[in-house]
Amino acid sequence: MGIADHNSVTASNTTPLLDVRGITKVFGSLIANDHVNLTIAPGEIHALLGENGAGKSTLVKMLFGVLDPSEGSIIWKGEEVRISSPSEARKLGIGMVFQHFSLFEALTAAENIALSLDATTPISQIADTARRLSVDYGLPLDPDAMVGDLSVGERQRIEIIRCLLQKPDLIILDEPTSVLTPQEANKMFETLERLKAEGKSILYISHRLDEVKRLCDTATVLRHGNVVGHCNPQEETATTLANMMVGTDVQNASRELSQAVEPGEPLIEINSLDRPPATPFSIPLRGINLKVRAGEVVGIAGVAGNGQGEFFEAVSGEALQNQSDSVRLNKVDCGRLGISGRRLVGAAFVPEERLGHGAAPGLSLSDNMLLSRHTTDRKTMLGTLGYVVTSAVTAARKRVVKEMDVRKSGEDPEAAALSGGNLQKYLIGRELDRKPKVLIVDQPTWGVDAGAAARIRQAIIELARSGSAVLVISQDLDELFEISDSIAVMHDGRISAPLPIAEATFEKIGLLMGGAEPGHMAYEDVKTAEETEV
Amino acid sequence: MRLELIKRPQQSAFFSAVSPLFALLLTLIAGVIIFTLLGKPPLAALYTYFIEPLSEVWQLHELAIKAGPLIMIAVGLSVAYRSNNWNIGAEGQFIMGGIAGSLIPILVPGFQNFMTLPLMLIFGFAGGALYGAIPALLKTRFNTNEILTSLMLVYVAQLFLDWLARGVFRDPNGNNFPGSIRFPSAARLPEIDPAQGAAHWGFVLSIVAAVIVWAMMQYSLKGFEVKLLGESPRAGRFAGFSSARMVFFAFLLSGGLAGLAGISEVSGAIGQLRENISPGYGFTAIIVAFLGRLNPIGTIAAGLVLALTYLGGEGAQMSLGISDKVARVFQGLILFFVLGCDTLIHYRIRLVFGDPAAKTAAEG
Amino acid sequence: MDMFQNILLTIATASTPLLIAAIGELVVERSGVLNLGVEGMMVIGAVCGFAAALMTGSPWIGVLAAIIAGMLLSLLFGFLAISLATNQVATGLSLTLLGIGLSGMIGENFVGQAGIRLPNLDIPVLTDIPMLGRLIFGQDPLFYISLALTAGVMWFLFKTRTGLTLRAIGDSHKSAHALGINVLKYRYLAVMFGGGCAGLAGAHLSLVYTPQWVENMTAGRGWIALALVVFASWRPWRVIGGAYLFGAVTIGQLHAQALGFGIPSQFLSSLPYVATIVVLVLISRNRRLTVMNTPASLAQPFVPDR
Repeated sequence: MGIADHNSVTASNTTPLLDVRGITKVFGSLIANDHVNLTIAPGEIHALLGENGAGKSTLVKMLFGVLDPSEGSIIWKGEEVRISSPSEARKLGIGMVFQHFSLFEALTAAENIALSLDATTPISQIADTARRLSVDYGLPLDPDAMVGDLSVGERQRIEIIRCLLQKPDLIILDEPTSVLTPQEANKMFETLERLKAEGKSILYISHRLDEVKRLCDTATVLRHGNVVGHCNPQEETATTLANMMVGTDVQNASRELSQAVEPGEPLIEINSLDRPPATPFSIPLRGINLKVRAGEVVGIAGVAGNGQGEFFEAVSGEALQNQSDSVRLNKVDCGRLGISGRRLVGAAFVPEERLGHGAAPGLSLSDNMLLSRHTTDRKTMLGTLGYVVTSAVTAARKRVVKEMDVRKSGEDPEAAALSGGNLQKYLIGRELDRKPKVLIVDQPTWGVDAGAAARIRQAIIELARSGSAVLVISQDLDELFEISDSIAVMHDGRISAPLPIAEATFEKIGLLMGGAEPGHMAYEDVKTAEETEV
Repeated sequence: MRLELIKRPQQSAFFSAVSPLFALLLTLIAGVIIFTLLGKPPLAALYTYFIEPLSEVWQLHELAIKAGPLIMIAVGLSVAYRSNNWNIGAEGQFIMGGIAGSLIPILVPGFQNFMTLPLMLIFGFAGGALYGAIPALLKTRFNTNEILTSLMLVYVAQLFLDWLARGVFRDPNGNNFPGSIRFPSAARLPEIDPAQGAAHWGFVLSIVAAVIVWAMMQYSLKGFEVKLLGESPRAGRFAGFSSARMVFFAFLLSGGLAGLAGISEVSGAIGQLRENISPGYGFTAIIVAFLGRLNPIGTIAAGLVLALTYLGGEGAQMSLGISDKVARVFQGLILFFVLGCDTLIHYRIRLVFGDPAAKTAAEG
Repeated sequence: MDMFQNILLTIATASTPLLIAAIGELVVERSGVLNLGVEGMMVIGAVCGFAAALMTGSPWIGVLAAIIAGMLLSLLFGFLAISLATNQVATGLSLTLLGIGLSGMIGENFVGQAGIRLPNLDIPVLTDIPMLGRLIFGQDPLFYISLALTAGVMWFLFKTRTGLTLRAIGDSHKSAHALGINVLKYRYLAVMFGGGCAGLAGAHLSLVYTPQWVENMTAGRGWIALALVVFASWRPWRVIGGAYLFGAVTIGQLHAQALGFGIPSQFLSSLPYVATIVVLVLISRNRRLTVMNTPASLAQPFVPDR
């Protein structure tokens, strides 16, 4: 693999804007960053590549003054600096757009922006200032809107405006496209190109290789907290980049197996499912129809915050329906059944949030086994008076740990002590161990390392092949294309008709994610509609 | 200088075990300071407080009399707090239990047989549980904060008891003193060993309650449900448990046990319904619950310690002229120190001196 | 008409301590901290204010002492709940228990002693205007301070940058931390402000309302103040309405007791507590509104990761 010297890529001779030397961050026994070097020249877009957990976030948090380095130095415009707080970073000229926005939902867009303005702006003028700025940067916004009511894309605009207000020389973007449709992402790339033309440098964090190849001039690749290479992404292929990131050859789950099985009768049937918003900030579900047959994996794509969580709760029975036939699982009307009742008819669920939803962080793995199995495995796990048969629970825990190759410290640690990937394997395994006829899983591999993700995807496909119906909700299009037999799209509380995988393309799905009705609106219309809307 | 907390990867079992002891030690140190400030000999005072009340058998009986209600209430509170339901109105439920149980000897004085006492205890439990159900109902139906409602109901219960003891339930032959008739012996919780001291069977009831509830928390699905919903309500819902039902369970159990403690106190230690039947047991039991690490067995030890502060307070007032109010200060301090020390279970604490720049160096 | 004016005056006097304590707690809760120790800080303020006034002969020194005592006690809470990230509910409770205990100890020698009353405002001519004179120009100084405090807090929260920052912290301490805001410092200051207000409210009880020291003389007013914050949906101007509603109930039941009516005094005395429950039920019934209004990070400990 061609690891180019970064000096050959950017204009040499000039002082680099940022030069990070041997920076190290230790959390307890974990070395999150191990003597990392990073150099960014003025006017370049520099990619920071790496798997989840490779140490990208730790590195940028140190650059932005959120974390203190344990060791190493940061040289900014030729001078060594200590960045002890975000405000100091901003003073130096470093701005950052976080992946998980640091916005305040109960405040207006203008107030959110004002919190990043210098203290001289009078509070009465912040709305006007915000409006002017949003027009200047081509990022339209209503300054008086409560952030809690805004879409994810609009929230990102606030974040970007907030960042640009500081007139930074270096802009750090943490996984900015993870919340955008492909079309929205394209628009953002244009903004980034413009900023680059103005001479600003951008540190672009991503694990999406196509974006990096298209946008970035140089790249630094992290793995397990170490820099494994600096390179020019244009000279690399997606495969060589992926190999650098992961270290081993990436395994794709094999879907051929599932295609061999002829789909059977429908085991998941959603019929005109409606759900009013439960909280002021949640999305109503509107007239959802969907069928998943035995032996089939159906994927639901969509930008975060379009009702996926609400849909999952409705299907799992955490929220009940008025009509008992609006959710049918394993050929039983389940609309009026709670989650335990739905499990009893053979359904299993894995929610998006691992800690605090799928598992209780402070409880042991055994307790977390009992969490979703106490009704279905009542006969083995419970005795008289609700006495918990520890041996049966322990046996199930050990089975899952072995089957899914869960790595842990200690025999029966708290859920919170496991890494994201290992906990997710455990939670998926906990359900698969029951051999459910129906599996509904939300974000199966979110924040999970590549090895664990491959293992999970394989397990999902194998379950479908054995004759179960599987519904996968995911924001990761690559994942859905890898494992699904057909893909539907969730937008604004509705779900489109599923496209068979043979007909589905990134572009088609992307249009649907942006809210287009199939066949009704072409991309150009979507674009103009969006612009006039604001 | 400032403090930094560093999350431990796992809860520390060591600090989990010793944090109550740490807290007691800190309380003793604070005691030395307080007594010195009051101009009293600190060590003699501590001796009077914590050792002297244990030196004779009849004093141990007194200890059991005070510890009984504290343990009984705290057992229920430990379950409620574990499930994240903040019942701080145990004092009111204690009173209502005392009233409900007293209905039998006061209203039907002729009913005197082997069933009298068990019925009174059942009434007491039910009275406390029903009074506890009010905040539970308001929380589940109207989303009303249970901390405030359960506390407000304490004042209401106190005034209600005052009205009963001075009004309708007043003993007509009592020379106009507030208080009901003295209960007949069939309505009295008997003393365990009258030859040795005054402790009644209420203490034993408390220990039994603690053991039963401990077994429930430790071994049953219900205990798991309590812990799960308390630790993570959303995961609890995912497990198929109902938060609303848990609110009722927590309040009925903690209210019921407080009520049982109330009737035990009235029929055991006092022997009549008075206008004031509790020296703040319901509030002190909150401290007991936390000092016992929200573990029913732990509350037994914690209840004895807190009971000691009551007795020590009385002793210190008599022998050293130290206000019995100091006992209250001790009780408050214990809870403060317990909560502070509990931080060590989840975090390491690091002191950072000087400006942040110096920190990296100091850390090494 | 004099009687009418007198009733209004007593209502104002009964409402003022509630208003002061609730406004203080409102600022604390807006920063995302729930301090259930209001009752404890208030009773400590009452005893310290009373004692200091008696010993120095100056009620104003008493007021000052009460504020300082409330602040000191709130610092204790802050150290645990903010620096050590303890459970705020339990810590606040322990503060109340400790405050009640300490006040009993401090006040033991002052029980039954005649106190010093903070004199009412008396402006010649103006105070003597019939009907309104005493209402507007003849009340105790803390009455005016309570209204000024409310106005000041309104201005602070919604018209100043620091106030905006405080509200932001209450909404999301994580986001605030990411912006480089010193969350813990703001919270300490808010908690101390709340403590000072609670102490001041206590001073009103022992230096104006009933100038003497009686053990537990706050009688749950600190808890009512906490309920008022919920009732007011965390908005300062609504606290005024709530506080005066409760003042009216308190005075109303006192008058009813004086008049007899054959209703047992205990039932009338329990009215303010029952009213608190009723009002809480009415205001929290709308779950949606409650979620929107409650500071999102309320009662959640924050540990900055560094």
